[in-house]
Amino acid sequence: MVQKSRFVLLMLSLVTLSLVLTGCGQEKPTLYVYNWGDYIDEDVLGEFEKEFNMKVVYDTYSTNEDMYVKIKSGGSSYDVIFPSEYMLTRMLEEDMLEKIDLNKIPNHKHLDKRLMGTKYDPNNEYSLPYLWGTLGILYNTTMVDEEIDSWDVLWDPKYSKEILMLDSQRDSIGAALLRLGYSINTSDLGELAEAGELLKQQKPLVLAYVVDEGKDKMVAGEAVLALTWSGEAMYAIGENEDLAYVIPKEGTNIWFDVMAIPKGSKNLEGAMQFMDFLNRPEIALRNTEYVGYSTPNLAARAMLPEEVRNDRQAYPNDEDIDDAEFFIHLGDTLRHYDRVWTEVKAH
Amino acid sequence: MKRSSLFPYVIWMTLFIVVPMFLVLYYAFTVPTDTGATWSLENFHRFFEPIYLRVLGRSLRLAVISTVICFVIGYPAAMVMAGNAFSRKNVILLLFVVPMWMNFLLRTYAWLTLLERNGVINVLLTSLRLPRLNILYTESAVVLGMVYNFLPFMVLPIYSVLSKIDKGVIEAAGDLGANSFRVFTKVVFPLSLPGVVSGVTMVFMPALTTFVISRLLGGGQFTLIGNLIEQQFLVVGDWGFGSAISVVMIVLILLSMAIMSFFEGEEKSVALW
Amino acid sequence: MVRFLKRSYIYLVFAFLYMPIAVLMVYSFNDSRSRGVWGGFTLRWYVELFQDRTIMSSLYSTMFIGVTSAIIATIIGTLAAIGIHNSRGIQKRLIMNITYLPVLNPEIVTAISLMILFVFANVRLGYLTLLLAHITFNIPYVILSVLPKLRQLNKHLYEAALDLGSTPVQALWKVIIPEIMPGIITGLLLAFTLSIDDFVISFFTTGSGVSTLSITIYSMARRGINPKINALSTIMFTFVLLLLIVVNVRQAREEKKGRNGRHGSKKQIRSFDAKFGDA
Repeated sequence: MVQKSRFVLLMLSLVTLSLVLTGCGQEKPTLYVYNWGDYIDEDVLGEFEKEFNMKVVYDTYSTNEDMYVKIKSGGSSYDVIFPSEYMLTRMLEEDMLEKIDLNKIPNHKHLDKRLMGTKYDPNNEYSLPYLWGTLGILYNTTMVDEEIDSWDVLWDPKYSKEILMLDSQRDSIGAALLRLGYSINTSDLGELAEAGELLKQQKPLVLAYVVDEGKDKMVAGEAVLALTWSGEAMYAIGENEDLAYVIPKEGTNIWFDVMAIPKGSKNLEGAMQFMDFLNRPEIALRNTEYVGYSTPNLAARAMLPEEVRNDRQAYPNDEDIDDAEFFIHLGDTLRHYDRVWTEVKAH
Repeated sequence: MKRSSLFPYVIWMTLFIVVPMFLVLYYAFTVPTDTGATWSLENFHRFFEPIYLRVLGRSLRLAVISTVICFVIGYPAAMVMAGNAFSRKNVILLLFVVPMWMNFLLRTYAWLTLLERNGVINVLLTSLRLPRLNILYTESAVVLGMVYNFLPFMVLPIYSVLSKIDKGVIEAAGDLGANSFRVFTKVVFPLSLPGVVSGVTMVFMPALTTFVISRLLGGGQFTLIGNLIEQQFLVVGDWGFGSAISVVMIVLILLSMAIMSFFEGEEKSVALW
Repeated sequence: MVRFLKRSYIYLVFAFLYMPIAVLMVYSFNDSRSRGVWGGFTLRWYVELFQDRTIMSSLYSTMFIGVTSAIIATIIGTLAAIGIHNSRGIQKRLIMNITYLPVLNPEIVTAISLMILFVFANVRLGYLTLLLAHITFNIPYVILSVLPKLRQLNKHLYEAALDLGSTPVQALWKVIIPEIMPGIITGLLLAFTLSIDDFVISFFTTGSGVSTLSITIYSMARRGINPKINALSTIMFTFVLLLLIVVNVRQAREEKKGRNGRHGSKKQIRSFDAKFGDA
């Protein structure tokens, strides 16, 4: 009998404890931020908290899709999120974002005009770029004896089993589409099928379809060529000087991670203050130095060491990205991309 | 009294297992239309195409292979642990479990470091003038990853059953003239069967739906059912198709378990009197 | 000789299980962020680890949720296993099959369906929902661990206890539970292990700043897992190892004392057991 009541007591206290913990800590105004992991200099958060007398609750996610499902379901409300550009277009189409008032974010004037006013958000009414980059080829200079400048090289049998592709539908299919000279956002099923064929032909040459582990593999010299993003490439080059990154001449894709405010945010003012704070040159500088990806903030870029700010790999010239495209959300057409991709993988 | 101890669980189960399952069924059996959703079998229909069935076949094959290997390695391990080779059984038991407290992603990345062309194992092998091991990005690597991840789930239930097998029964069998082999096959193994069944269940089912292992150690070359489902839910946004695939799998497995239970019988009676 | 072979087998299995652990511990001292290159020996990750507020808070949450959900799941699960063991026919089949569902379902399906359930019930995602989700996927594993032990149980034990005058609760507590204890312990261990390593279900059922270690680590994957995590894992592992050694040494000492006759009555009972076996 004694044991039974002790049991009950234990259970009750556990449940009570957990209930208590769910409802504590809500005195100061709070800002809920949802970002990629390890994607900000965390000291910055502490400084923001002090200066604006707010509490910052910081959650992380590992992919855009995970974040999208969480936001869409409405189970928790966030004030600032950092979607990639294609996810942003999707959220815009589904009316999931709040408008931002650029007047409340004066520091936006530091942002590179080339990267503002994009097709997906012409007047930056909903987003501001946070970090950006390109899609290209990372290669090991000691293992190649020719100039690497074209997407063709990823299909060169000379490099059989030395090629890393991305386990990401849009990016790998995108590379094939770029090689064929088509748009990376095509909904033409014929073009899509061609790209699929190209990828199937390539499969025997591919060592692996990697996600994030690709950069470490390149650093370790496990492969010669890799389809990758400039941010990853800069990281890898930092660890292994034999590596280099190039934007193929046929064209590239520019990616952005932007800051946006989801609908349902309970702290619009705080969100915009945070966005303004992040665009202060010194703060943007610290973030780009911590993360290692390119910043769209010109004032911050000017404060970078010379080798970095003039590094064409990280900060391409105008000609390099003249006809670069951005990914946009494809809606129903995505099913066809998925089908093509599944066929390639199951080949 | 013993029957009523079920109550808390039944309530929990209904709320957190049955209800969500109905949600999944709802998604599986409906398709979104402009005006809402209609009942349809289209999601299931899509699944029965050769390409997807091939994915299912491969997943089943790899899961079976992994389960068998887990059993072959795990059963003897459980036997040794339950026997008298070690005096501190609890410690050995814990030592089996502790690696699993290290994050799964980290451990899988560590396997990459071990199995790569210039990875730790190959560096060791080449320094000993032995041939390289190139199993990364092959099915073998995926199986290795699965076995590594699920082995403790096989060992633990078998061990917990073996450790309490009535020693008197074993002695009696010996007294009645059976040699060690027969004692094992006719007495010990049948008595350990409940543990084996649990072990196989806890290995086979998750092995079927895993996706990280095939992605990292298989180099994305092997789409398994788990990858397919994850893709549907997250990348494509087709929850209906994803749910339908899950439902097909669940039905398949429950069916095969029902068939198996005919052979097992209602209760594995342990008592001798 | 046989004993040596048996032990070697286990050591081999352990070598297999611990190889990756050794690798990740070594890399916690790597002076480079990348797994692909060895940059020299350093302790800086250990220092940076303790300054990282996200990692520290997710560690705390992970431990709390792990322990709590494991305990609650074990309680509910053990009671359930006992109930299932005494059921028959359709009821038993039905409950067992439903129990298999969380084990069988792909994690993403369980995760999203639970998330929808919580949102639908208007419960804000956070500690509570995370806890509920963890208990839910832990219970089946507890049941699967305890059930075999129940099957192994002598079915007349319970009746014998009742006949000898104990109440049902006493019979349960003093007779049944000790017999199935290895199964309960196994279930508890499994539940705890599953809980601290879970990512998918945790990610979709939490919110409001509650993050587990797994979520923090997976979120870092895109940028490359920071060796701070390796440092944390090394510390955790060393801690557990030390704990095991301490417990081990204590046990050894106590057994030595016992042999020297301080617990003489125990010796008598042991020889009684030897003569009449488990009854």
